[in-house]
Amino acid sequence: MAKGKVEIYSEACKSCRYCVITCPKNVLGTTEAVNQKGYQYVVALRPEDCIGCAMCATICPDGVITVYREGA
Amino acid sequence: MEKIYSRASGIFEGAVSGFCPGCMHSTICKIVTQVIDELNMTDHTCFIQGVGCCGLSITYLDMDTISAPHGRACAIASAFKRCAPETLVFTYQGDGDLASIGLAETISAANRGENFTVIFVNNGTYGMTGGQMAPTTLVGTKTTTSPYGRDPGEHGYPIHMCELLSQLSAPAYIARVTCADVPNVRKAKAAVKKAFEYQLAGKGFSFVEFVTNCPTNWGMSPLETLDYVRDTVLNEFPLGEFRAK
Repeated sequence: MAKGKVEIYSEACKSCRYCVITCPKNVLGTTEAVNQKGYQYVVALRPEDCIGCAMCATICPDGVITVYREGA
Repeated sequence: MEKIYSRASGIFEGAVSGFCPGCMHSTICKIVTQVIDELNMTDHTCFIQGVGCCGLSITYLDMDTISAPHGRACAIASAFKRCAPETLVFTYQGDGDLASIGLAETISAANRGENFTVIFVNNGTYGMTGGQMAPTTLVGTKTTTSPYGRDPGEHGYPIHMCELLSQLSAPAYIARVTCADVPNVRKAKAAVKKAFEYQLAGKGFSFVEFVTNCPTNWGMSPLETLDYVRDTVLNEFPLGEFRAK
């Protein structure tokens, strides 16, 4: 059971990948899928490893990531 | 599960910012709105925006706004704050706006100790007009107006706004921060909060300089700019609090 959960507003993601290199558990990554602006938006590839540390959301320029944590 | 991190109410619902991928303008908009939310001042804030990429924030931030003529944001903020002293007033300016065309207004407002906050975004280039040399461009950097690199003999040296304003007696808070990694984003948020608290306490002029990137005009990927900021730009512009009285 994952301790945390990330919710990504994919239309506002610009694929800068700051969150991908920041995540300590390598939860996030990109796929072939693109949003309306043509950016390969970030998705939670391994959501079961998320610990809800919110480092991805802190570094994300556009604030597309909302973080939930168990018993915060 | 409980929500622990989300956008602040100062950003339009569902808005997509106009900034380039990886641009730290968006990070600054995000943390400034979060701080205003924490201070519970969203409905009592007016920001004065300069000319340049910072102008893209007008369709992104859901707050009262005045668009200043080029470089004159500090003069307008002085007037607005004197007329509405209970409002949280901050200017949001880039390096071309604040350190080049608006240098006189900035230094005059700081010297008078006007009670507002300046958010200064220093990315070392004129972003919106196509990457020309700015007063803060590093020595040796190639731009569209310095194709052989910035030459001190011809163009002078980069201007250090924090050190310059530290020579004045009136400013209450001067700090330089960056957004290149998570600890620094948190420190930057703390600095903005401190600056706004100084303003709300009526202590006088507060100034927060952000050392940021410009992936588009530096010709780098967003991830490469993070390394460049940390390894090169921060050597020229050291971080820290220059004044907190």
